[in-house]
Amino acid sequence: MENKVGVYICTDCGIGNSLDIQKLQEAAEKYNPVICKSHPFLCSQDGVNTIKNDIKEKGINKLVIAACSMRVNQDLFDFDPLKYVTERVNLREHVVWTQPANNENTQLMATDYLKMGIIRAQKAEIPEPNISGVERTVLVIGGGIAGISSALSVAEAGYKAILVEKSEQLGGHMRHMHKVFPSEPPYLESKPSDIEEKIRAVENNPNITVYTNSIVTGTEGEPGMFEITICSNDKLVSSSESSDSAEIAKSGPTRYKTPECSEPKKFKVGAIVFAIGWKPYDASKLSEEYDYGKFANVVTNTEFEKMAKKGEIKRPSDGKPVKNALFIQCAGQRDKKHLPYCSSICCMSSLKQAKYIREANSDASAYIIYQQMRTPGLYENFYKSTQDDEGIFLIKGSVLEMSEENDGSISIEIDNSLLGQKMIVKADLVVLATGMVTNMVPDDMQPNNLTEEFIGNIIKKETQDGITEELVPIPVALNLKYRQGPEMPHLKYGFPDSHFICFPYETRRTGIYAAGAAKAPMDAAESETDAVGAALKAIQCIELTAQGKSVHPRSGDMTFPEFRLETCTQCRRCTVECPFGALDEKPDGTPLEHPDRCRRCGTCMGACPQRIISFKDYSVDMISSMLKEIDVPDDEDFPLIVGFICENDAYPAFDIAGINGVQLPPNFRLIRVRCLGSVNLVWITDALSKGVDGVLLIGCKFGDDYQCHFIKGSQMANERLGKVQETLDRLMLEAERIDQVQLPINEYDKLPEILNQFVDKIKEIGPNPFKGF
Amino acid sequence: MAQPAKKAILVIGGGISGVSVAVEAAEAGYNVILVEKNPYLGGRVAQHYRYFPKLCPPYCGLEINFRRIKQNPNISFYTLSEVTEISGSAGDFNVKIRQFPRYVNSKCTCCSRCVDVCPETRVNEFNFGMDTTKAIYLPHEMAFPMKYAIDDRYCKGAECGKCVEVCKYDAIELDAKETSFTLNNIGSIVFATGWNLYDMKKVDNLGFGRVKNVITNMMMERLAAPNGPTDGKIERPSDGKEVKKVAFVQCAGSRDENHLNYCSAICCMSSLKESTYIREKNPDSQVSIFYIDLRTPGKYEDFLKKVEKDEKIKMIKGKVAKIEQASASDDVIVTFEDVINMRKMEERFDMVVLAAGMEAQTKMKSLPGKLQLEANGFIFPTQAEGIYSAGVAKKPGDVTSSVQDATASALRAIQTAFRK
Repeated sequence: MENKVGVYICTDCGIGNSLDIQKLQEAAEKYNPVICKSHPFLCSQDGVNTIKNDIKEKGINKLVIAACSMRVNQDLFDFDPLKYVTERVNLREHVVWTQPANNENTQLMATDYLKMGIIRAQKAEIPEPNISGVERTVLVIGGGIAGISSALSVAEAGYKAILVEKSEQLGGHMRHMHKVFPSEPPYLESKPSDIEEKIRAVENNPNITVYTNSIVTGTEGEPGMFEITICSNDKLVSSSESSDSAEIAKSGPTRYKTPECSEPKKFKVGAIVFAIGWKPYDASKLSEEYDYGKFANVVTNTEFEKMAKKGEIKRPSDGKPVKNALFIQCAGQRDKKHLPYCSSICCMSSLKQAKYIREANSDASAYIIYQQMRTPGLYENFYKSTQDDEGIFLIKGSVLEMSEENDGSISIEIDNSLLGQKMIVKADLVVLATGMVTNMVPDDMQPNNLTEEFIGNIIKKETQDGITEELVPIPVALNLKYRQGPEMPHLKYGFPDSHFICFPYETRRTGIYAAGAAKAPMDAAESETDAVGAALKAIQCIELTAQGKSVHPRSGDMTFPEFRLETCTQCRRCTVECPFGALDEKPDGTPLEHPDRCRRCGTCMGACPQRIISFKDYSVDMISSMLKEIDVPDDEDFPLIVGFICENDAYPAFDIAGINGVQLPPNFRLIRVRCLGSVNLVWITDALSKGVDGVLLIGCKFGDDYQCHFIKGSQMANERLGKVQETLDRLMLEAERIDQVQLPINEYDKLPEILNQFVDKIKEIGPNPFKGF
Repeated sequence: MAQPAKKAILVIGGGISGVSVAVEAAEAGYNVILVEKNPYLGGRVAQHYRYFPKLCPPYCGLEINFRRIKQNPNISFYTLSEVTEISGSAGDFNVKIRQFPRYVNSKCTCCSRCVDVCPETRVNEFNFGMDTTKAIYLPHEMAFPMKYAIDDRYCKGAECGKCVEVCKYDAIELDAKETSFTLNNIGSIVFATGWNLYDMKKVDNLGFGRVKNVITNMMMERLAAPNGPTDGKIERPSDGKEVKKVAFVQCAGSRDENHLNYCSAICCMSSLKESTYIREKNPDSQVSIFYIDLRTPGKYEDFLKKVEKDEKIKMIKGKVAKIEQASASDDVIVTFEDVINMRKMEERFDMVVLAAGMEAQTKMKSLPGKLQLEANGFIFPTQAEGIYSAGVAKKPGDVTSSVQDATASALRAIQTAFRK
């Protein structure tokens, strides 16, 4: 498009008092804008009208607004992104509010920002959204309470749902529940489950298609138009080496077994709810601690629930009614040998089951041996109602030993930690409160011992570099034909849950939303709620995709990465580094794009050594060109530093520093980036070869408690920095000139220290020898 | 006042739950109107320093959510507003809104000249009264919308008018009046009215308000926050001394029939989290946590294990009997029953943090509409058609569960509003 740039410099909020506006305008004029003017109060009606008039009369299409932060007055400087490029140059928060007024360095900083802003606008193009047809159908995998709730909600919102359930029947664990936890105030009584009613509702809903006895054997494509293959269990052919995805398997690093089907059924869906549920922890592993499998009258909570459902609260050994039952909490839970986590529901579950014992026989008693009684929120009411029952004894303590008597009853020695003494209870039946394991975990694996990121097996391979280890992931329920593996990555213990506290539906596979106990331990009521939420996320994904817009966190972004494949060297860095598995590989090794899987972070752009990846409004060339405009002073005592800052967190932190009038060193030129993952090493080389003395990347925390909205962006940036040494060696520069810091958004108070320390370090190293070249 | 041209969902409350309902429904393509009583959005989470278990700042997610609001034409919102009346029925409610004057209009550029000249100070509620602001104030630096407001309980109005004189933008309207208007064509309503901290003065034996240096968990959040009253230094309120020895009292008011007979669900994790603030900022410190049960469900167990590894954080199962001032000192004496060792003990601390529970907003203020409330004021999950609740308005919970609930409520609201 033709560049018709209008530059508008606001002189308000201290800008006019601190800077020589005339000089700024002169600097801008060198770029031949159609218009370059200053305004005393740009965010006033008059100011905004000035811009609008220029658009109308002069055909301005690139607006450079040099005023306040892009985070404020967005509603005023709101020009149709499909017609105009709007670039906000932050002279207020990032310059005059953090720098001394009427100072040469402050002027230099403002001038550099203005020049860079003009270049950014000139280089930016109007997005051309990738609009493709979408299928307004949601695939729900798993027919338990979560899957059923999702499917019903999708249908009630006017979309179609396809529900695929592995077993013969819908309903999952709920069908075996004698009663469920109270879900409404006063939360005092457990109640029969309404699962049968819900199953009927699903079966009678014309917008829901159910496939029981079936599994998903293939998920291909992208949100809006996933291509799904399902297979009924009786048509499954014994697994073999991946063949239908030869294209990926050949070029990708791993081969894994994928199920084959003699009569596959294919259909298209727009988004997926992943509700594959949970299974009880394998109690046979508890034979040592709790004699499960050794003593007939030791059962698990799931087994006991089924007994109660059948109305048979009897001793397995001899069918005699149960007079004394003892519940052992945290059996194999909160225990690093078994499940290190708490399953959340077992306290409530044992309280509920203790009541079954009392309901079946008013003379019977129930003992619950617990460590911490966890009945959070209003479930406390239920706990209290149990405490009021004179036949239920709650004992804080741990089990020391169990032995079987001749009559089959079990004698349990308990360390009662409240009384500080040992006691022995004789019980007809011992119920182990075993925990929940997500169905993401294959049956022969333990949640506490899984491979990182993708669940699989480590195999050793002989290669030219000697023996190497490789992770071969195990397909479970999605069978994604994605380069990065067949399932969603897990965080810990197999749960594919979101790592984001405020965004619990985030997953690393766009358009696929996990729900229910597959994602984290939760009870039926929470699963139901979670599943309804996941249904909305699926619908939202379809609707945004239909408009060519990105989903969270850059929701609404209409750009997407474009690849100049002519110069691709098939290095595969983009396909490996994409945090969302958005890129596959073509047989020739070049990236195969899936724009609707993309979250627009630009990590691929940062990864590409050939600089072939760009967005309409964000590219390697754009930032390189901006760097060229920086005026590097000759003054050897004034190190000039380029700061690449994450626009989600670091940029606002600088704003807040400005609002608080925190003084920052004049040496930095900040360039906002979508994510540190998008920082291409060539920018660092560009900056250094221009004479810039140092480069600082400021972004989000990485590692276990990462805060990067794109999950791996800041970590990728850090890994790449490790490799920048080579480049620096070639330039004969010190590696210390480059650094990365992790800054949470609210810790703006740390900025002076961080920046000043870096300036001092660069001063110590001395000026960049390229200065002045 | 502008009326929605199209049918919309009304969300009452602009905390994390209400904001989530709004953005999630709007991004699926539906119109939403958000009503918030404060001059800013973000509610309680905006007052937190960090979230558990990642110890990340709430503002990180709020920033993204605010960006989603700013760029989405489907969302409109009213701050300083409350719903006074609801009539009609599902699919077509009419809702009366009362909007209190901000006295600062949208021309405000946040230049802060007004603050420099304002002679009046107000108690800063955002920091739980631990500091003051001028009567014209920015609620906090990360406030959205980023506009000043005047607290008319403190402002002298036209008789002073100094702010008006220095404001070159005509942004200050001291004669602004409360307005009320009706929104029609509201398809469904979501109450995301949140919670208040239970008034610790009601729990007499814990000494809050009477014994110096007994604070609440929410005050602790503000003390640790860089934009808090002490710029993030954890000092005790009475004399600014760096705290070295701190006690946390769990279930302060919660699980107590005389006060809140339920568990507030978040206080165990919250105190574990806050003890990391103290240990991180004052490395020479030690912390004691007095609890009944440590409730760290699910994967939060990992966080408990992590905190337990710190030998300077002790967890004591026991009930605190009373809290008193040490004689001739600002220190605090905690008398507690150590249940495991079966003894009554006294210990001296620099500061005591009460893990105060969450009380439903409805306890403070009755809400319009014929809402069915449970005994503690939480909103029943099932209401008349078209009426929903989200987050802590429904039951005590953490941020993640509130957002899950909010997302689900958004879909339910869409179903009633737009499928009728």
